[in-house]
Amino acid sequence: MTLRERVKEAGDKLHGSQLVDSILRPGSPFKQGYSDSPRNRSYVIMNNVLYHLHPVKVKRHGVRLSYTLCLGGISFFLFILLTITGIFLMFYYAPTAENAYQDIQELSTSVAFGSLVRNMHRWGAHLMVLSVFLHMSRVFYHGAYKAPREFNWVVGVILLLLTLLLSFTGYLLPWDQLALWAVTVGTNMASFVPVFGGQVQFLLLGAVAVSADTLLRWYVLHVLFLPFVIVIFMAVHFWRVRKDGGISGPL
Amino acid sequence: MAELPEHLLRRSAEAKAKALGISVDEAMAILKGDAPEPSEPAAAPEPAAPEEPATPAEPATEPEPTAAPVATATAVADPTKATRVVPQEAPVAGPEGARTQRLLTVVRAKAIQQTKPEPQDKVNTWPHLMLIEFAALLAVSAILVIMSVALQAPLLEAANFNATPNPSKAPWYFLGLQELLSYFDPGVAGVSVPLIVGFAALMGVPYIDKNPSNKPSDRKFAVMLFTFFIAGSATLTIIGVLFRGPGFNFTYPWRDGIFFDDLKDWIPLEGH
Ligand code: HEM
Repeated sequence: MTLRERVKEAGDKLHGSQLVDSILRPGSPFKQGYSDSPRNRSYVIMNNVLYHLHPVKVKRHGVRLSYTLCLGGISFFLFILLTITGIFLMFYYAPTAENAYQDIQELSTSVAFGSLVRNMHRWGAHLMVLSVFLHMSRVFYHGAYKAPREFNWVVGVILLLLTLLLSFTGYLLPWDQLALWAVTVGTNMASFVPVFGGQVQFLLLGAVAVSADTLLRWYVLHVLFLPFVIVIFMAVHFWRVRKDGGISGPL
Repeated sequence: MAELPEHLLRRSAEAKAKALGISVDEAMAILKGDAPEPSEPAAAPEPAAPEEPATPAEPATEPEPTAAPVATATAVADPTKATRVVPQEAPVAGPEGARTQRLLTVVRAKAIQQTKPEPQDKVNTWPHLMLIEFAALLAVSAILVIMSVALQAPLLEAANFNATPNPSKAPWYFLGLQELLSYFDPGVAGVSVPLIVGFAALMGVPYIDKNPSNKPSDRKFAVMLFTFFIAGSATLTIIGVLFRGPGFNFTYPWRDGIFFDDLKDWIPLEGH
């Protein structure tokens, strides 16, 4: 028996083992002896965690890339990438006025892949704002917010708001001149809210001006509160896409 | 009816027997389809359909002794025929022969949702949608990695409360707003106009636009409004990013350079 045959045999054995068999649900394309049949195509979705996201079948026009441009999906995927890269950044970052700036600097210079991950997190955040906005535009141009999808549009606007807030709270964290003054300008705009302007600004900053307290407050919002809330709204959003009858259209 | 368990069928037959004034065995035969439905029920005021065997006139009010044998209720309907229904025959009693509720009828289960299937042109999510999604996922990852290798995210000097940069700009997605605000006295227009009214109006879109059609040719006005909205925000944002210099005064980027630090390492800046 050649080595190659041996390896193949061991692989087959592992693939057919109880362990692998217990992990892969019936109909998984990774299972031994998977065959492409209509029934197995249904099982791939139905027997998997994927069933939380996708129905077994979708409208033919809905899978055309030119209909959704996959923008909602891309927004979601960017969010996942941002979560992964963000967790990496959290290992190296402390949200204190003394350390924050230096942490980012060291991350960029002396941590393996630190600079790459930081760049991915930052550009990914910009791209997400863009893709969510474009997604909203495509939904509008398709009239996809009309009955029965009115409420999902409202959920969508909340998602847009949360995306902007996530991006804006993250903007402060490097604690450099760009961060400090962009946030100062941004929250000054909030102080123009009539009557309650001062209070709104104080609530946002945790002080009368951007300070170390603001840094901690925005950090917690950025890594904990806002992601938590946006995930809940995304769950509702995806659920409603299906319950409202799948993708709208065709036009 | 074949799928109904025997004990349920028997209970149903007892109820039917009571309503029609026939024996349980006869009712059983009818339920099983072995005997024809009696056209002229013996004692019942109204004939019951086979799906709903019996609806006794006074079902719930009749007191039921907890330890009573099953057939008591059945027996009163027609004394002549009910003689065959003796307590021992009933297999439905609980462990001690006690019964605390009574079966009125067996209703066949129907779907809760009444879906009207309309023929639709559908395809399997796997592989048709998932492969596209997977390709999009790879494309986005590739773009992001390439972008992150090529373009360094800005990191300026450490925050310094005493050195206000000139100009100070908000992040680009708020720059359109900042630009808009620079035209108005904050006391007049404030931030409330663009932000609160803006988001409220955006959320209200589906309730304001009552036109049910989604054909672009039927909704020219809506399309026009939204296009103005996008074009307007894009213009304001681009002006804010590229055409505003020190003091937030108007500049030409080709003359004075770009005053926007997010782009710091993207484009060689002469003005800096
Ligand atoms: C974090 C932000 C968001 C994510 C991750 C997201 C995700 C998605 C996904 C995956 C879909 C399925 C269809 C598609 O990909 O186009 C979808 C549909 C939809 N989204 Fe979003 N979305 C977001 C924000 C928004 C916003 C800002 C709006 C509108 C203001 C919106 C309104 C809708 C509506 C109405 C649909 C149904 C479209 C149809 O049936 O054709 N979403 N969303």
